Amino acid sequence: MLLIKCPYCGERAEVEFANGGEAHIARPADPMTLSDEEWAQYLYMRDNPKGLIAERWRHAHGCGRFFNALRDTRTDRFVMTYEMGQPRPDVTPEQAAEAAR
Amino acid sequence: MQKFSAFSLFRQALGAHQGWKPQWRSVKPKAAYDIIIVGGGGHGLGAAYYLAKQHGLRNIAVVERGWLAGGNTARNTTIIRSNYLFDESSSYYEHSLKLWEGLSQELNYNVMFSQRGCLMIAHTVHDVQVFKRHVHANRLNGIDNEWLTPQEVKEFCPPLNISPNIRYPILGGALQRRAGTARHDAVAWGFARAASDMGVDIIENCEVTGITRAPSGEVTGVETTLGPIKARKIGVSAAGHSSVVLGMAGIRLPLQSNPLQALVSEPVKPAFPTIVMSNTIHAYISQSDKGEMVIGAGTDSYVSYTQRGGLHIPAHTLEAITELCPMFRRLRMMRSWGGITDNTPDRSPITAKTSVPGLYVNCGWGTGGFKATPGAANLFAWTIAKDEPHPINAPFTIERFRDGTLIDEAAAAAVAH
Ligand SMILES: Cc1cc2nc3c(=O)[nH]c(=O)nc-3n(C[C@H](O)[C@H](O)[C@H](O)COP(=O)(O)OP(=O)(O)OC[C@H]3O[C@@H](n4cnc5c(N)ncnc54)[C@H](O)[C@@H]3O)c2cc1C
Ligand SMILES: [Zn+2]
Repeated sequence: MLLIKCPYCGERAEVEFANGGEAHIARPADPMTLSDEEWAQYLYMRDNPKGLIAERWRHAHGCGRFFNALRDTRTDRFVMTYEMGQPRPDVTPEQAAEAAR
Repeated sequence: MQKFSAFSLFRQALGAHQGWKPQWRSVKPKAAYDIIIVGGGGHGLGAAYYLAKQHGLRNIAVVERGWLAGGNTARNTTIIRSNYLFDESSSYYEHSLKLWEGLSQELNYNVMFSQRGCLMIAHTVHDVQVFKRHVHANRLNGIDNEWLTPQEVKEFCPPLNISPNIRYPILGGALQRRAGTARHDAVAWGFARAASDMGVDIIENCEVTGITRAPSGEVTGVETTLGPIKARKIGVSAAGHSSVVLGMAGIRLPLQSNPLQALVSEPVKPAFPTIVMSNTIHAYISQSDKGEMVIGAGTDSYVSYTQRGGLHIPAHTLEAITELCPMFRRLRMMRSWGGITDNTPDRSPITAKTSVPGLYVNCGWGTGGFKATPGAANLFAWTIAKDEPHPINAPFTIERFRDGTLIDEAAAAAVAH
């Protein structure tokens, strides 16, 4: 089971959280002009990375708030969690190595 | 290839069973093949078998990063059924079920296909309506499925508790009698043995790390941990790693890779005659020939390639199982494990050509592709050999997510094992 650090509440057990899939998928600014292919990319196509993923979590049985996390999908180790609206943070080689361990 | 029969068993017994030979050839990769299949699970091995058997092609290699069929083929709960809702799905799964019915004979290898039935139980008015709709849809397509009342459910599977006072009482069930289970390893080994016998090279411990292409775009081969191998056509059947492998050719897929866990109890005497599945409380259970209760849990919610998952997921399933079958409360659980399932948004698979010439993909089987092993292998082989889909798998494209022609079994079933 994962131990997840809510940026607002601190570390809590995974059962308190709901995963919200890949983060930073921006809603199309002008939906009327989108092609079918662009809709498919937005709605369905995913990076599904083996390695670092930026993903959304919601502290569903806690403060109820959404936040983002960086995690290595090969180990399930988190690099960090960060507040909604912040850009994807840069990761140092040391942080990446630690998460891959 | 050594044939298996009562006679060969007897003859080998006379020689104290020292005369059995390896089931498939162990080979080093050649410099080039006509076709490379990436992924040596049941689907990939089966595709190689049908390419050789039905399409007369011989210069084929299956490249597997680990040992043979150590992926989801080795990790699943082996439920085989074809009672899916939509015409597209039921004809695909029924194609597979029909192949299962003759597979042991065809491969001369006992895949231990046991048609003990699959009972999907209903707990709510909504379940009852949905399952009855399944029963009717299936029967219109000539696929067996029938409705059982709670009393009939109890007669068919006595360990079930049909008390109206439990948290989610059993209101009935849909029974497909031709459904069943099979020995997971045996189907992979049987396909490997028969394919190898026809000249297919099976290359284990060889990871594909890149896909090479000509300036005009078509594939020319793969990079692997054992060096480059040329190929005119590449078929990818890499389950949870499909996004990673297709990513090597710049293709994004509508997939999310999630851990799915299963667990088994200590072995006990025959006590559970069928497969029982419940979508609403999320439980499914059958008894293996060894005597273990084989129990499948739900998927973990997040993307992961760890083949682990959290313990609270199987624990949740056990709560449901022990309410349905109170006598299992005192069973000890022996082992649990996880596999990485490749899930599409509509929970239907993709068996198709890609936008890259010479590159084909069979993926998205997610939590429910073991049942499809011979069917998907058969149609994937067709698609690769003819460079166009068979009518049965024609709807199962990547482009359906662009064109809006989803095959939404996710909405129809919620659980897809
Ligand atoms: C716990 C669990 C329970 C399940 N229960 C059921 C069930 O009851 N009924 C059902 O129908 N289905 C079930 N499934 C789903 C089923 O197991 C799969 O859909 C099916 O086995 C997929 O077969 P496959 O041959 O495509 O995959 P796999 O057996 O996973 O084969 C894919 C292979 O590709 C290899 N590979 C990956 N990347 C590379 C690379 N770069 N180079 C070379 N090789 C590579 C992998 O090592 C792997 O061996 C379950 C799955 C799990 C995990
Ligand atoms: Zn919180």
